[in-house]
Amino acid sequence: MTLGVAAGRPEVAGGIHVTHHGKRSQWIEAYENSPAALSRGATQSGVTLDAVYGSDEGEYPGLFPYTRGIHPAMYRSKLWTMRMFAGFGTAPETNQRFRDIIAAGGTGISTAYDMPTLLGIDSDDARALGEVGRCGVAVDTIDDIADLYDGLDLSTITTSMTINAPAAAIFAMFIANAEDHGVARAQLGGTLQNDILKEYQAQHEYVFPPRPSLRLVRDTIVFATREMPRWHPLSISGYHIREAGSTAAQEVAFTLANGFAYVELARRAGLAVDLFAPQLSFFFNAHIDFFEEVAKYRCARRIWATWMREHYGAMDERSWQLRFHAQTAGVSLTAQQPDNNHARTAIEALAAVMGGAQSLHTNSFDEAWTLPSADAARVALRTQQVIAYETNVTQVADPLGGSWFVESLTDQLHHDASQLLEEICEMGGGSMLEGCLLAIDNGWFEGHIADSAYVHERAVQRGERIIVGVNAFIDDAPAPAPVNQTNAEGENEQRRRLARVRGERSDDEVRRALEELATDARDSTVNLMPALMNAARAHATVGEMMSTMAEVFGRYHAALR
Amino acid sequence: MTRRVLIAKVGLDGHDRGVNVITRLLRDAGMEVIYTGLFQSPESVARTAVDEDVDLVGLSILSGAHLTLVPLVLDALRAAECDVPLVVGGIVPESDEATLREAGVAAIFGPGTSLVEIVSTLESLDPLSH
Repeated sequence: MTLGVAAGRPEVAGGIHVTHHGKRSQWIEAYENSPAALSRGATQSGVTLDAVYGSDEGEYPGLFPYTRGIHPAMYRSKLWTMRMFAGFGTAPETNQRFRDIIAAGGTGISTAYDMPTLLGIDSDDARALGEVGRCGVAVDTIDDIADLYDGLDLSTITTSMTINAPAAAIFAMFIANAEDHGVARAQLGGTLQNDILKEYQAQHEYVFPPRPSLRLVRDTIVFATREMPRWHPLSISGYHIREAGSTAAQEVAFTLANGFAYVELARRAGLAVDLFAPQLSFFFNAHIDFFEEVAKYRCARRIWATWMREHYGAMDERSWQLRFHAQTAGVSLTAQQPDNNHARTAIEALAAVMGGAQSLHTNSFDEAWTLPSADAARVALRTQQVIAYETNVTQVADPLGGSWFVESLTDQLHHDASQLLEEICEMGGGSMLEGCLLAIDNGWFEGHIADSAYVHERAVQRGERIIVGVNAFIDDAPAPAPVNQTNAEGENEQRRRLARVRGERSDDEVRRALEELATDARDSTVNLMPALMNAARAHATVGEMMSTMAEVFGRYHAALR
Repeated sequence: MTRRVLIAKVGLDGHDRGVNVITRLLRDAGMEVIYTGLFQSPESVARTAVDEDVDLVGLSILSGAHLTLVPLVLDALRAAECDVPLVVGGIVPESDEATLREAGVAAIFGPGTSLVEIVSTLESLDPLSH
């Protein structure tokens, strides 16, 4: 398979593919049909602003290949979703934080699960000791899901679930709970992260080996495509790849490689590409190198659109459009002089907005030390509101488009990421899915990421890369570390909650549901979502469902390199 | 002088950026470094420390579970009659440092600690006098 752009399409300039499709006249037509058609923009001093600036023949937002954004007038049509990521302790505690976020003007919520939940381990398992409710909320059964989303209108508030290995089990609990509360599954809007490939590459919260894990991803995509038109069953995530130390080009390449792998997976399951691709979404890091980040989002959109059209035959423009959530870079936060982190988060959030994000989480200044306090999380949300409502940057789409610097950087990252994509696809003999699996198996991804992390850290240690408060501008009297005291009783409280559920449920019903799950798991042609939803309704735990499947699928142990 | 170091991850904490980087930087500094890989039990860490005859064990924890897991590793080392210093790297709030030191941790390296400081501290920890 020859990669890059199909013959006849590209203008090749210095080895870099540059495509010019947009035309101002086409854009005007698209703009006039957009929700922003009658909008008026002006600076603080009254200078009138166009919705976009560009030349007659240049690229335009809302037009293929979407380098400049997926909507003709971007934020004039629709502001990004201010989706704050939260989770700690027990479900009722996290539910209260969700309510605080919505009361403070947050427009979406995103759930952080604790380590045991992420690894499919119950709170009363010995391996969970000390970790229950610590890095996120503990979820064991559908009862926890009910408390987690209690009182939130699930037909209007979209929810995102940052869960991967047990994603299908948690998704089943979420759907069953919503239906028990009278909300039809077709009404549910939200996102399941469900990106298992990056777990083997960067985040390391895997349970089963890659191929059976991909079967679960397939089942969720097929189920959501058929029954839940508003749902995004997959959020293909570069965030963790970047946090683990990759460069910007690696973040783009590895994430898009995973994205194309899932496209191949769904096609193998018999879904036409335009049936599911419009519901795919992405999740990128918003790091501190401002212009590189803007260029990164621009080139990611361009590559996705081009490949989806040229290589995967997508015809629906929504399949070409790369939609993404961004989160400011946790790894850029410093434990030293933590107040400086406010500035870092604001700059990173601005980069995400300049880069055309559809959704954004801003980290809190205290997160180098601790899970965010309610006050710190509120300031992080306010940071987005300042950008959205005070700075006026929302008036003009892709305001940095046309900058010699940003366009050149976009082309360079496009070139670098494309080379990596071609390498992965070649490893797979023309299949990105097989290439990703092979490069997981032989440690190629982890090796590249670890090398980049090492180069970065060595530069910091040598003082070649400055980090304020860490290797430069160090204070004599350091500020005390902010520590958000989590409820120390939370772990015991969660074990009591789980014991109550175990005591009240019907063991026969659980056993039957798990037997059915095991039977379905053994037949790889069966979709596991119905059996998982039955198990959820029987109050089976996440750990029970995952162990049942592990008996069929096996467990993954990474090779030590 | 510390020459041979075991770097370990215990519990469910999958964060390995720091551990990968420190492993390589310590090797650059001339140390022999053995890395356990992720998701180890305290007992398996102690066993490896004995089998590999290391001078020191370095535990990387970023999950916030240090108050639970570090004492378990110390117990496992004692049970295995492995009397080498244990140091901890990762996110340990200042308020927890005293507790860990009282439990027997020889040194704690928080985020942003310079490599020079880490190496000089490790070299000052004499495994025999511990």
